[in-house]
Amino acid sequence: MHIPDGFISTPVAVVGIAVAAGSVAYAVKATSKKMGEKQVPLMGVLAAFIFAAQMLNFPVAGGTSGHLIGAALAAILLGPWAGLLVMTCVLIVQSLIFQDGGLLALGANIFNMGIVPCFVGYYLYRGIALPFRRRKLGIMVGGGVAAWFTVVIASIACAIELATSGTVPLRVALPAMAGVHAVIGIGEGLITAAVLALVLATRADLLELQKA
Amino acid sequence: MKFKWWHGALILALLLAILSPLASSSPDGLERVAEDKGFISTALGPFLEVVPDYAIPGVTNEALATILAGIVGTLILFGIGYGLAELLSARREA
Repeated sequence: MHIPDGFISTPVAVVGIAVAAGSVAYAVKATSKKMGEKQVPLMGVLAAFIFAAQMLNFPVAGGTSGHLIGAALAAILLGPWAGLLVMTCVLIVQSLIFQDGGLLALGANIFNMGIVPCFVGYYLYRGIALPFRRRKLGIMVGGGVAAWFTVVIASIACAIELATSGTVPLRVALPAMAGVHAVIGIGEGLITAAVLALVLATRADLLELQKA
Repeated sequence: MKFKWWHGALILALLLAILSPLASSSPDGLERVAEDKGFISTALGPFLEVVPDYAIPGVTNEALATILAGIVGTLILFGIGYGLAELLSARREA
């Protein structure tokens, strides 16, 4: 869902950059001196894993592919603010080094694939997982369902930006973007639940770290 | 050096990078919508190409170029993520 330059207008891109810069600055403040012994390597491996996993496009119906965003996973394991920092690192490197996602569009991409899915994913996950009596099941179901929602909501944010830019009318962009990402989101949900299962099996204590 | 959990996690990420040539090359969701709804041509090329299309330039074997790009990117992001977290860590005072 990386927006290249040209898809969105300069005003939309500039608003995106301002919102992203403000949010990331706050995220640095919110997480400063709060990273514990375990989070330091966790943030490193999450950034590495999300970058690698994003390269692995999986086919979905109709000659289309999708890939993991990973924001829900990062936010579940690290909390929304540190999760946003991980996603921002991934998106900056993708844009600057790999020309995936435009430079001007970087703010909008951080908004769509960082800010929106980290917070939606984190709070939805907690809302779904906490009432479960079987904790592990709750974590996997909550993580998977929350991850699916993050992809659909990110695609809606992207559609609104495209429409605001005058690139394509909202009545066209919204159903098209949400429709295809409702399918791609199934992959996000399955991968997120699988990684959470792996974490539960090996380092279940990591899932105790995330306090907003 | 003792083997720690995150060594395993980093190895897993590098294994994914090695699998990257198997990725589907079909357009992604946004590209699909842009093609179908006729605005794909509004995309502008990058200002500066460093490692475009996740392939290290100059490497003629396509799969190898992709794997190398994947490994380089994965290691860069591990370094940035770890370094940033270290900067924000509770161990640093004032």
